[in-house]
Amino acid sequence: MSVQTIFDFSVTLALAILSLSFFVTIYRIIKGPTLPDRILGLDMLVGIAIGFIAVVGIKTGYALYIDVAIALGLVGFLATVAFARFVLSRGKTEDDILAEARLAASEARREVRAAAKAVAKANDGTARNPEQGER
Amino acid sequence: MYELATLVSAAFLLIGSLFALVAAVGLLRLPDLYTRMHAASKAGTMGSCLMLIALAIHASDVGTVTRALAGVVFFLLTAPVSSHLLAKAAYSVGYRLHSSSVLDEMAPKEEK
Repeated sequence: MSVQTIFDFSVTLALAILSLSFFVTIYRIIKGPTLPDRILGLDMLVGIAIGFIAVVGIKTGYALYIDVAIALGLVGFLATVAFARFVLSRGKTEDDILAEARLAASEARREVRAAAKAVAKANDGTARNPEQGER
Repeated sequence: MYELATLVSAAFLLIGSLFALVAAVGLLRLPDLYTRMHAASKAGTMGSCLMLIALAIHASDVGTVTRALAGVVFFLLTAPVSSHLLAKAAYSVGYRLHSSSVLDEMAPKEEK
């Protein structure tokens, strides 16, 4: 077994392991219950993509891939910083948003009930229909 | 000499990809944001840095080696900063720690 065979095998194995971790991270991004979890998953995804680029650069012997990796790392860093600022400026968690939505829904339900009651009373007052007024 | 460099590069590739896998599994299995951040920012950075070092070992010219090592230094500088910013923002907005955590050093102090 020559050195080159071992090297080719380890490059292929590294690509396979990286793909597996890529899919695991994507599962966390899709599922991730909160926004910061997803941002963290994206950060991790950039790291894995840099690993991919390094492996492909070794496999093809093309030195320009390193510049791509450095640029991708810079973009990933700036994206994470910007997302952190967004989390900070949004100022609420998913629980707060859920609570607000629940409050608004109960408010709307109460209004609908009140409006229905008013309509029924108006019908009762004007129509004087004995079948409908008995409610 | 060349064969030794190839073997060391292959070993670094495998170790780096295994670190990336460990980071991804940690991201999947740990309970809350702050513990997942440990896995992603430590093991994930370690993995990509090891693979860039493998590229530097494998490459033959000085320019490639220098750029690969510059990339390693850059990731080692930026990864803690970005994950610290994200954790700080998430904590100050109000994302809670998992209920199994034993210590919250940033909790507001009780009045005496």
